[in-house]
Amino acid sequence: MIGWTTPRGWAHIGAGFAFALLIPAFVTQNFLLHIAILVLFSAYLGQAWNIAGGYAGQRSFGHAVFVGTGAYVTAILQTRFGWNPWLTLPPAIIGGAAVGWLIGFLSFRAGLRGSYFALITLAFSEVARILANSLEITRGGLGILVPLSPGFANFQFANKGNFFIVVLAMFAVAFGIAWWLEKSRFGARLVAVRENEDAAAALGVDTFKAKLHALMLSGGMAALGGSFYVQYYLYVEPPIAYGVERSVEMLLVSMIGGSGTVLGPLVGSIALHLISDTTRHFLEAPGVALILYGIVLILIVGFLPDGLISLFRRRPTVVPDTDSGAPARRGAHA
Amino acid sequence: MLEAQSLTKAFGGLVAVRDASIKVPEGRIVSLIGPNGAGKTTLFAMVAGFLRPDRGTVTFQGQDITGWQPHRICALGMVRTFQITQPFANLTVLENVMVGAYARIANRLEAAELARKVATRVGLGARLDQPAQGLTVAGRKRLELARALATQPKLLLLDEVMAGLNPTEITEIVQVIRGIRDSGVTIFLIEHVMQAVMSLSEYTYVLNNGALIAEGEPKAVASDPHVIEAYLGHGAAERIKKGNAHA
Ligand SMILES: Nc1ncnc2c1ncn2[C@@H]1O[C@H](COP(=O)(O)OP(=O)(O)O)[C@@H](O)[C@H]1O
Ligand SMILES: [Mg+2]
Repeated sequence: MIGWTTPRGWAHIGAGFAFALLIPAFVTQNFLLHIAILVLFSAYLGQAWNIAGGYAGQRSFGHAVFVGTGAYVTAILQTRFGWNPWLTLPPAIIGGAAVGWLIGFLSFRAGLRGSYFALITLAFSEVARILANSLEITRGGLGILVPLSPGFANFQFANKGNFFIVVLAMFAVAFGIAWWLEKSRFGARLVAVRENEDAAAALGVDTFKAKLHALMLSGGMAALGGSFYVQYYLYVEPPIAYGVERSVEMLLVSMIGGSGTVLGPLVGSIALHLISDTTRHFLEAPGVALILYGIVLILIVGFLPDGLISLFRRRPTVVPDTDSGAPARRGAHA
Repeated sequence: MLEAQSLTKAFGGLVAVRDASIKVPEGRIVSLIGPNGAGKTTLFAMVAGFLRPDRGTVTFQGQDITGWQPHRICALGMVRTFQITQPFANLTVLENVMVGAYARIANRLEAAELARKVATRVGLGARLDQPAQGLTVAGRKRLELARALATQPKLLLLDEVMAGLNPTEITEIVQVIRGIRDSGVTIFLIEHVMQAVMSLSEYTYVLNNGALIAEGEPKAVASDPHVIEAYLGHGAAERIKKGNAHA
């Protein structure tokens, strides 16, 4: 858990972001930039999931409910009420956090854990999808088209390089939040709740509040991702906003890479895009992605429960603990 | 400092604790003994907010805390350890203890400093960076103690922290507990190890089948025929008297 504090750690991270910033200057093919944007976007959403699912251990199966909410808040404010898209971001984040509060309040008050919590979140995202499909304000199944009008003021860029910079900035903020969790009392409390709720409560952690705040933070972050999606594709419809594929991708990215770690979602996003982009040409039928995701998930949970990132990390060498906690005692028993 | 009045708790048909009243005065080491299944842990759980009593009240420093949640009770200054140890398995020893330290300290470096000090005090100084899941039973017991102590409590509830320890380790931990009391923390402990109860506590309660059957100074309580029968079975007191087995 503790790491990244060294000057070398800082240098690596700084170099990584500096390198990423240079990508748009050298990569001019739009399809390569598009892939880079998608990788960072998935990593960002995976990091949002990771706050609640990885650090706090509340594994949701329906995080699309937050992404979709952010997407619709932005699209509706922009097209119906004529808001500037940049200004829709705060309400979108607040909307995601509010949905997080609602789901968290209901399920944590009821004491739902593990797969029960996962199922409840899935149910919420499905309800949201059905609502979006039938309500007038979301234009039902037709979806909402955002009119094209490129320009920085409109959060629309003719050049994909600028979108890349925006998603890189979002990723950097999410990265910073995860990093802060590793260093802060709030983060320590989330991890304590994940590891053992009773022990956490005994040591003064308000476990209900900790889980609730984690889900609100996670939901707000995911909602911002939804806003970005709308500006990038200029379109949103119920299955895109609230689809199960989105939820599964978010948890998968985090778990493949290593949930509860700062870099896990990025590693997972790169891995997942490598897998799905190389297999896409062979498997075009609808639903195949979900099957593929399922297989990947089973393999990861079965063989690499701490994610790909555990392959890179040096395991702490465990000193064989014979009987006493104090090494000074050793001689006495030898 | 702590007062429980007529606490009662039933699980289904089984009454685990029946009408138990105890008092723990400030600055003392008070113990609670009794055979397995007597209801000791259940009594602790009610006092610390983990179980809501069916009947009865809990008062801490003059405040009625019956039914309060554990984290609020911890904030007031009462903390429990678990008989079945509950480590944060994937965290290091230091990180485990820091969770306790964060109860009163928001700053990370200060929390780490206190955690280090407390862990060293209970004999975990050499294992700070080791994952908690690698600890032995004795190590885990120490970790329970260290985490609780790091919350800077006024009253410490210890649930069998000596079970599974060898005699040397027991002597050691008895010293540690005495040191904790001398630093101003009141202690209420459940213990099976009679030798430890005798040497540590000044007052003891005996629970059997959910009911308090004796209380008083440990020496007096240990020779009480009711207590001997509870521990060794019906007729034991008689047999011991006949066999003159006082040693
Ligand atoms: N959560 C529970 N549900 C049902 N029965 C319980 C529960 N906790 C304890 N008991 C029962 O209550 C009795 C007292 O248990 P406990 O308080 O753990 O005793 P002790 O700590 O003195 O060994 C035992 O018979 C035990 O089986
Ligand atoms: Mg017990």
